[in-house]
Amino acid sequence: METMNAQHIEVNEEGYMKDPAQWTEEWAHEVAREYNINLTDKHLALLKWLREKHNEGVALNIRKVGKSGLVDIKEFYQLFPGGPLKISSRIAGIPKPVSCV
Amino acid sequence: MNETLDTPVTAKAGAAVKKDNDTVKKVIIICSKGTLEDVYAALIMANGALADGRDAKLFFTFFGLDAITKSKADHLHTATVGNPSFMPGMPTMVGGLPGFEAFASYMMQKQMDKMDIPHVTEFIEMIEAGGGEIYACKLAADMFKLKKEDFLPEVKDIITVADMYALADGEGSHFIFI
Repeated sequence: METMNAQHIEVNEEGYMKDPAQWTEEWAHEVAREYNINLTDKHLALLKWLREKHNEGVALNIRKVGKSGLVDIKEFYQLFPGGPLKISSRIAGIPKPVSCV
Repeated sequence: MNETLDTPVTAKAGAAVKKDNDTVKKVIIICSKGTLEDVYAALIMANGALADGRDAKLFFTFFGLDAITKSKADHLHTATVGNPSFMPGMPTMVGGLPGFEAFASYMMQKQMDKMDIPHVTEFIEMIEAGGGEIYACKLAADMFKLKKEDFLPEVKDIITVADMYALADGEGSHFIFI
């Protein structure tokens, strides 16, 4: 079993958290640093929204995030450069997105 | 990185942050067809590249220009004649009946709506928002007598073949032709 940081959170081979319930803000900050992202309140609000939607069973895609009312698609790319949904999902402790759109 | 928590991240939208060992850093997608499924293939691949942290440029030429022409972009059709994969077993003549192609295209678009796939113009907006660039082919635009104002606002420029090749400058660029 792969683990990350002192909290011994289990992650899969791509670094995605196995149990989203283990998520903490400290975890988010630590993973975000790997991407050279310093989490702001805006990032955190979006991470919480992603976690809520995941808990509701919504299959997330970039378009839905763009309609979240929190950010538009352009801002989303700016907040998480280099693959916004993929990276934000990992930081939010939810599974890697599977949508092609 | 010396940024503090108060400093917003200001990286360029869509800037590729791929690891060095990624061989596909940029895709240049040339779309020469105006049929619904071909245009969607181009859009999905471009958007998918951006969403995965890769750079994407789209170059529309010949009938592909329909996809970026204001009056046509959201009214593309799928071919019901000369398309053996479309309803196998159906006589070709049926596919040619008046209104059949429009009906089939409507059904296909409806199915895509159900799958939460955006219409062409919204898709192009998404690609631009993600840092993708959209171009029209100069020769084809001249041939169809289309000007910059006939195209969607996201179309960055009307460019030559030489300009299109220049988009591929840099390592890890790949061409996809549709």
